[in-house]
Order: sequence, then structure tokens, then C-alpha cells
Amino acid sequence: MLLSTPTSPHAHTPLDTSGLMRLVILATLPGVAALTWFFGWGTIVNIAFASLIALACEAFALYLRGRRVMFYLRDCSALVTAILLGIALPPGSPWWIIAVGIVFAILIAKQLYGGMGYNPFNPAMAGYVVLLISFPLEMTRWLSPLGTFEGSVPGLMEALQLCFGGGFDAHTMATTLDVFKQGAGLMVADVWQQNPQFGRWGGLGWEWVNIGFLAGGCYLLHRGVFTWHAPMSMLIALTAMAAVFYDGGSSASGGSPLMHLLSGATMLGAFFIITDPVSSAVSTRGRLIYGALAGVLVYVIRRWGNYPDAVAFAVLIVNFAAPFIDHYTMPRTYGHNRGGSD
Amino acid sequence: MATPSYKDITVNGFWKNNPAIVQLLGLCPLLAVTASVVNALGLGLATILVLLCSNTAVSLIRNLVSDAVRLPAFVMIIAAAVTVTELLMQAYTYELYQILGIFLPLITTNCVILGRADAFASKNPLLPSMTDGLMMGLGFTAVLLLLGAMRELLGTGAIFADMDLLFGPSAATWKIVLVEGYHDFLLAILPPGAFIFCGLIIALKNRIDSGIKARRDALREKPIKGAKRVRVTGTIS
Repeated sequence: MLLSTPTSPHAHTPLDTSGLMRLVILATLPGVAALTWFFGWGTIVNIAFASLIALACEAFALYLRGRRVMFYLRDCSALVTAILLGIALPPGSPWWIIAVGIVFAILIAKQLYGGMGYNPFNPAMAGYVVLLISFPLEMTRWLSPLGTFEGSVPGLMEALQLCFGGGFDAHTMATTLDVFKQGAGLMVADVWQQNPQFGRWGGLGWEWVNIGFLAGGCYLLHRGVFTWHAPMSMLIALTAMAAVFYDGGSSASGGSPLMHLLSGATMLGAFFIITDPVSSAVSTRGRLIYGALAGVLVYVIRRWGNYPDAVAFAVLIVNFAAPFIDHYTMPRTYGHNRGGSD
Repeated sequence: MATPSYKDITVNGFWKNNPAIVQLLGLCPLLAVTASVVNALGLGLATILVLLCSNTAVSLIRNLVSDAVRLPAFVMIIAAAVTVTELLMQAYTYELYQILGIFLPLITTNCVILGRADAFASKNPLLPSMTDGLMMGLGFTAVLLLLGAMRELLGTGAIFADMDLLFGPSAATWKIVLVEGYHDFLLAILPPGAFIFCGLIIALKNRIDSGIKARRDALREKPIKGAKRVRVTGTIS
């Protein structure tokens, strides 16, 4: 029997920023695939166009700031922002929406605050919220998912036409969360039956998109890109809130916990947005609080706010809170007393 | 304190000590009403008038009021000036008066006005005080107009809309549409947009200032002609 004892160092090379970002990009693939399957090529077009603009903006800002352009471009962080925003935008968004969102995200939310590692807010979500506030009509117009109407979802050429031409007709439909928001006063079973966009557990298509992001998130967790604390605590808090307020039947009570977990941007938010190492809380205990706060806020805004989905707003609010949370959850330094008296 | 020259007062009001982008006073109306040029101009003119009146009156009574009661006295004067302005606008530009709404009476609490009354007019003679009021008002209005123009342009794709509210029916045609079929950009019109654009204006001003300073320093560091050696300890001023 060979008992090999490798010599030190035993530690492996840790991932650098660029490797980390490439892993995150890889992990979005299942979710993006599900989005493409159910809503057509719009998401891919979004991502491609957003990436192009993001790299251009990043290069421009780095040049203006006198930084090494290629060095910072190669860390792929702008690309991740572009991909996350491209996923969050409705498929088939017009090009100027994507451009405005990315320009705001990269130039104002990221580079004006000092660039990579200094932004207090998640750039993709800041860009998304700017768009949601500025263009509420376009931003809440989702294509109907595959299987609700005769015919198919937009193909590549049609998606390009939606993005750059604007002269293409497509079916749009309220998302599950939107239906629940508007359709108070019905029984959940009726809502489910009357609207073809409901699937098995959540919205048709949405459940698979969320499962895709869940799978990608689990892969990142397995690779140790982030710890389990923030995502788990967000999902548990959201589930708990939904379970407390759901009465099992009426749509006014906000839908079942499972529907909340598998609708909208829940999984994307839990595994790809609030795990952003720059804008989130740092300590382990802090991340638990941070995630739970995000989960509660997502439910509160979905249920009682004015917008159907809430992840972007919730994320920006907890980003605000992150330094405060960090201040009160600073781990005790070994050898110092509790309470920090000496 | 020696009374500054008129040139200094002007430069202070417009640039070096601009109430809006250096002292950051009166941000509430600055951010709330600058969604369009006409609103900005309306509020700017009202502020100029109030500043001029209050600085004049405060300067006149500066030797009669004791230090202990000076602030209440100044506020009374400012409130009177605001009331007069409000009545004037109610009489001549009623629609604009309605649009500006609460922000007209709130000029009373605009820190620029009390600030100038206390910091300048209560210590200086009549004419410099009036000049200071006028220049500070003009500086404030300039920023209001710039902000209003930026926000209206980005928000609606047009500029100088509804100018007839201020200049009578003949001004209704002043509206310039720069982009036909522009899609309204709500962020620019809503208050968050005002914060962002105000920040950008301040950044631009700081950039220009640092450029001027760098150029001046470059001029100063030139060795004096005819000097035998370059001086390395300290600077000659």
C-alpha cells in the first residue's frame, strides 16, 4: 500500500478574481438555458449586447481614471455585471434600455465609487432599479412562456428584431407574481386554473429558471466561491414569511412558500446577487443577518409594495445596511475579552 | 472684517462660494423644483428677489439690532420678503405659483438667505450687501437653470417647455424638441436624478478648479529668470 505524503505547501492556489468570476459566469448557464428555452433567445441577446456595452464602459472609465485597462478588464467583473443585468431584464428589451442600465451600472454605481471592490451597491441591481423606476412599462413586460400559446417563443432573429428593430409582435403576459398581486379575492386554485402561465409549483418556466439558478448556486457553493450563510438564511427567511402569511387558499394571502421560492428572481438573488463579496456583509454572523433581512424584505415588497418582484429593491436596501451589520457583528479577536473592553 | 471688493463678491457668488454647489445650501428647493427650466427659473427669480430684499433690509438695521435677537429679526424680514414675492407671483404668474406650491413659502427656510443675512449683510454696508444678495442669488439661479436644463433635456428630450407660464403667451413657442419621439426618462425627472446631476455638476466644478490650480502651480514653479540657481527650499510668492 502506498501512503504518499506530499510535501508542503498543502494549500492549493486560491482562485483569483478572474477565476472566481469565470466560475460565476459558468454557474449562470443552467438558469440562462432555462430562460432561453421558455422565453426565447431574448435573454442571450440581452446578455451579448450588455456585455459589449459593459466592456466598452469599463474600458472608457478605466482609461479616464488612468488605470491599467487590460488588467482590470481581464478580471471579468464587468462581464458578470452585464450577464446578471442581462438575465434580470425582460427578454426582448429594446437596446436603449440595456444601454442605459449598463452605463449606469458600470459608470455610476461601480466606477464612480472607485471601481472593482469599492462599490457599496451591487452594480447590476443598481442599474436594474434605475431602469425599473425610469421605464416601468417596458421593464414589466415579460414575454409569455413556452406552452401558453400556439406557436413558439422568439428565435434568434426575432429576438434581435425585438431588441434593435422594435417592429416585431410577440405575446406578453403577466408573470405569476404579478397575477397574485392583481388578483386578490380569488382562491389560489382558481387563479392557478384560470391562468395558463402557472406551472407545477410556481410560474410556468419560472420554476425551471429558478431550479436552474439553484443548481448553479449549489455548484458555486460546492466550489467554495461563497459560504452557505447568506443564501440559506435568505431562502429560509422568505419561506418563513410566506408560510406565516399564507392561509392555504386565498390569493390575497400571497401564495405558498414554494411558489415564492420558485418564482421571480428568488434563486438568482439568493445565489448570485446577495453573495456579491463586495457589497454584502463580511462576517459569518453578519451574513446570516444580511440574508435574513433580504429574505424578509423580498416578501414584504412583493406582498405589500407596488412592484411585482422585489429582489432588486431588497438587495439595494440590505447593501445600505451591510456596513452597519458588519459593525455590530465583528468577530471577537482571539485573546480579547468579550465586549471589547481590552 | 474689511468689506470685500465688488469683484470678489461677484466671484464668490458665482464660483468660489456658490451657494448651491460649494456651500450646498438650499438643497431642498434645488432638488425638488428643477425638473424643468421654467420651474427652475421661477424659483431662481423668486430667490434673487428675496435675497436682495433681505440683504438690503438686514444691512440697514445691522447697527440697531442686538446680537441676542438678530436671528429672529432676520427671519421676520425674510418672511416678509417671501410673502411679498409670493403675492407678486400669485398676481402675475398664477400657474407657476401653483406648480411651485409649497417651495415658494419654503424660501423662508432656505439656508442661503439666512446664511447671507447673518454672514454678510449684518456686517457690511448697504451697497456691498445688496451686491452680495444679487450675486449669490444669480449664482444660485445659474445652478438651478443648469440643473433644470439637464434634467428636462434628459427626462423629456425637449427643453424650454411651458415658458409661457413665466413670459406670457408669446413664449409658448419657445419649446425646442431635440429628439422626436423621445421616451421619457423618469429617473432624470424624479428627485434621485436631481441628486445624481447635482453631484455631477459639483464634480465638474472641482475638476475645473483643480485644473486651474494645476496650471497656476505650473506657472509658479518656473525658475526666476536670471537667478543663479534654482531655489529648492520653499516657494517664492
